Amino acid sequence: MDELLSEFLTETSENVSELDVELVQLEQNPNDQALLGNIFRLVHTIKGTCGFLGLPRLEAVAHASENVLGKIRDGSLEVSADAITLILESFDRIKWLLSSLEENEVEPEGDDQDLIDRLNLVAEGGTLDGGTAPADVAEPEPEPAEEPVALRPGEVSMEELERAFMEAPGPDDMPSDEPEAEAAEEAQAEEAVEPAPAPPEPKKEVAVSAPKDVAKQPDQDKQVRESAVANQTIRVNVDLLENLMTMVSELVLTRNQLMQISRNEKDSEFTVPLQRLSQVTSELQEGVMKTRMQPIGNAWSKLPRLVRDLSIDLSKKIDLQMLGADTELDRQVLELIKDPLTHMVRNSADHGIEDGPSRLAAGKSETGTVTLNAYHEGGHIIIEIKDDGKGLDPEKIKAKAVANGLVAESEADSLSEQQIQQFIFRAGFSTAAEVTSVSGRGVGMDVVRTNIEKIGGTIELKSVFGKGSTFIIKIPLTLAIVSALIVEAGGERFAIPQLSVVELVRASNNSEHKIEEVHGTPVLRLRNRLLPLVSLRRLLRLGDDEEETPTETFIVVLQIGTYSVGIMVDRVFDTEEIVVKPVAPILRNITLFSGNTILGDGSVIMILDPNGIAAASGELKMVDEEGQDTARHLTHRSDVSSLLLFRASGHSPKAVPLALVARLEEIDLTTVEYSEGRPLVQYRGQLMPLVAMDDDIKLETEGRQPVLVFTDNERSMGLIVDQIVDIVEDRINIEVRPDAPWLMGSAVIAGKATEVIDAGFYLTQAYGDWFGSADADSQEPTEPRRVLLVDDSAFFRNLIKPLLSVAGYDVTTVDHAEAALELCESGAEFDAIISDIEMPGIDGFELTRRLREIARWEDTPIIALSSHTGPRDLDRGREVGFTDYIAKLDRDALLETLAQTIDA
Amino acid sequence: MSDLPATQSTGQSMVALGELKQFVSIMIGKQLFGIPVLQVHDILGPQRITRIPLSPKEVAGSLNLRGRIVTAINIRSRLNMPPYEGDHEGMSVVVEDQGELYSLMVDSVGEVLSLDEAMFEQHPATLDGNIREVSTGIYRLDKSLLVVFDVRSLLRFQGEEAA
Repeated sequence: MDELLSEFLTETSENVSELDVELVQLEQNPNDQALLGNIFRLVHTIKGTCGFLGLPRLEAVAHASENVLGKIRDGSLEVSADAITLILESFDRIKWLLSSLEENEVEPEGDDQDLIDRLNLVAEGGTLDGGTAPADVAEPEPEPAEEPVALRPGEVSMEELERAFMEAPGPDDMPSDEPEAEAAEEAQAEEAVEPAPAPPEPKKEVAVSAPKDVAKQPDQDKQVRESAVANQTIRVNVDLLENLMTMVSELVLTRNQLMQISRNEKDSEFTVPLQRLSQVTSELQEGVMKTRMQPIGNAWSKLPRLVRDLSIDLSKKIDLQMLGADTELDRQVLELIKDPLTHMVRNSADHGIEDGPSRLAAGKSETGTVTLNAYHEGGHIIIEIKDDGKGLDPEKIKAKAVANGLVAESEADSLSEQQIQQFIFRAGFSTAAEVTSVSGRGVGMDVVRTNIEKIGGTIELKSVFGKGSTFIIKIPLTLAIVSALIVEAGGERFAIPQLSVVELVRASNNSEHKIEEVHGTPVLRLRNRLLPLVSLRRLLRLGDDEEETPTETFIVVLQIGTYSVGIMVDRVFDTEEIVVKPVAPILRNITLFSGNTILGDGSVIMILDPNGIAAASGELKMVDEEGQDTARHLTHRSDVSSLLLFRASGHSPKAVPLALVARLEEIDLTTVEYSEGRPLVQYRGQLMPLVAMDDDIKLETEGRQPVLVFTDNERSMGLIVDQIVDIVEDRINIEVRPDAPWLMGSAVIAGKATEVIDAGFYLTQAYGDWFGSADADSQEPTEPRRVLLVDDSAFFRNLIKPLLSVAGYDVTTVDHAEAALELCESGAEFDAIISDIEMPGIDGFELTRRLREIARWEDTPIIALSSHTGPRDLDRGREVGFTDYIAKLDRDALLETLAQTIDA
Repeated sequence: MSDLPATQSTGQSMVALGELKQFVSIMIGKQLFGIPVLQVHDILGPQRITRIPLSPKEVAGSLNLRGRIVTAINIRSRLNMPPYEGDHEGMSVVVEDQGELYSLMVDSVGEVLSLDEAMFEQHPATLDGNIREVSTGIYRLDKSLLVVFDVRSLLRFQGEEAA
């Protein structure tokens, strides 16, 4: 039966019973205004509800009796036995109508004009024919014989038809379509069978003969039906149920304690009764749980209307399908998921489903479908919200995530599509391009997720771009009792809700599963995947520096959404049914615990919150501080350069980036030749100029001399050094700015103050003097090409600028992307832009993306310089609009690319 | 305890009895404290306490009191006092605050004292802030002074050490 109708029946039956009693009291105390007021109110309520539900017959009767009561209340009518009798009779009629309604879900045919007429007569101050009325009252239910029927069999009253019409289109927005559909069908059937329009007259006639269907109903039968719904349903205060639930929970706990004791004492005489107790307790628990169960359809009741309105608002065709509406779950859970569900359906309809033309263009049917499906699965309820819309666009989400600073650009690339999709669950994340009245306000999935996680549920997302999205919500049947795995870490026991536990793995050094470490982070190879591990002891800061690896570790594999993590624990006990109790307010801010409970042995134990663990263990890695540290560490790493340390002219060690050095050679000084007073050596079939660090240095004529060979395209240059010391990896942090043009500056390298030489200076010397002009003639047009160099590192700016200058470019340098944008927007002209990728603030990708949006810079070659040159980086670079992507310090490639792209 | 300041409110002699209030007396270190008896739920001996990782330092853990979970508060930590070093095990006073039970771990619990309102006095201005913060005032007893704990503020330490 329709939920609303059955509620109405229960309520009205109660009210009518109450009215019976009160009316009799009124007859005895005609002047009790409070009583009268209450009676009036109850009747009025019944009338109002009937009107609302579209029950005209009931409404008419209630209305007529209300009239009489109204007169009595106004004092224009005396409380007389006749009047009371008549009102009681009308209540009896109401009861009879209710019972019929309960049986058929529609009002019985016929009308009550006779009764109403009499009521109206009384209301108008008339008197009844004293003989008949009291006689009627003697009978508790209306006499079938006096049932006023104006119709001959086979005819339908106007009222009846009207009612059928009113019911058919569903005047109320009921949750399930079924009752409406039924009503509609019935109405149709009625019309089909009895197509003849009703004669408009019959109402004035007085009953002639009883219709068969009414007359046939025996009184007893009526009595039974009258009470069927009302007596089988009682209204119980929710608090009472909650209380009952708590008591049962306690009982379960005590049962568990007893079981634990009896397990230790075999063959006790208590065993058998205890088993019985256990069984009864389980049944009791189940029974009490059932009292709290409600079909999930209740939470869906508003959705058809919502989707209908949405589809009109958004001019989309959306079909909402609801499966498994009768799946039952705890009403507390139900209340909590109502809003998230509504939100998600709204999302699906608004963001998910495309408009008609787009759907047709995508080769889908014009009508989009949103499917809700609920079913039980192993102690949980699974609710799926599926749409066949456009799915989630990973690129859009990624861009948004980066723009919102949820993830670093470089890291976003390494995320899987699934991980990217998870971003929609982050606070303030909405991919809706514009805010509609419906959604896109930036509060959304994060709230949904929080709400669902609050009740120990999980939400999962599967989306295929272009095909649609499916959200899968897994929630426990009830919140009160959960099954939990008891584990031990650092000498303390903890409970992990079984819901999140996927499996247990025993790892030891000589078993198939072994814990390995990646840079100090433990991981486990599990079925060809690396599972990140967290030590519970470390997570809870229980370890007292006992970092020695135990020979055997248990790993509880948790699945939290799409995130899997292994929790390393010392021991695993069994599972227990536990009653989740909230922790004391002062402990609520510890997100790792969802509650606490008392175990079978009477000890208190904390319940771990898998979601808290996921957050603490660094889901998506950049959430917590640890993640940020890693990121920072990585950027530092990228600054590290290999440096060649050498000695030449002077005592302080000198350094040059190794990447610039093509080869290290030792030349035989006897082979050195001179041209115009400058030393040259034949090197690989070419003449290579030798440049000394210092002009004063005179080369020996014999022996061997170490030389650093720098090459540029076909040309090479040898830098004469005294001694090659070492190659070190270090960060270059130039601290002292020099005056000498050949010096880039001084830096602490390998713990010593080291002069970092400017290779560019020597290149200029070699090429400027020797080949420069010739090159310029052949390569460069009269006007030098202008190049903008964007790099936050002074080192690279200083390194690259001379290189480019030497090659004949007019170079402008800026140290951050914002300045570059400013320049570009303010009308500066450049033939090419060279940009670093990792920069504070706007990075290279973003800079390029923004530049590409400006028409003037649409086609300007932009070359990325980066130390990251994986295939992924290259792809990414091309995507945002980089013309080319070159490894930092790959000088040849840079010059070559620059020349090619500018001339292209 | 230093000499008490002005005694303008104490003109009444001990003979004139005011309203009597009952307190459970508690010893922490050498100081006598009292908790209004109506707020006291239970007095417990040593209990098995479950540690709660990541909890504020004042929280000693939780324990099971006849099926209810009680949060144990270490009063010495709360008052920034050094840990108890006596030879007998401590005791606990269970109090209720906003529907939650808390077990206040103290050195020892003494008898219930009925004290005259007239002996009550505000804090001396020089009182140590740790104690001032968690008490309502002081009773002048014959041989010693009893500091009345304000249970609500005793339990309010969120954020200080919140993990």
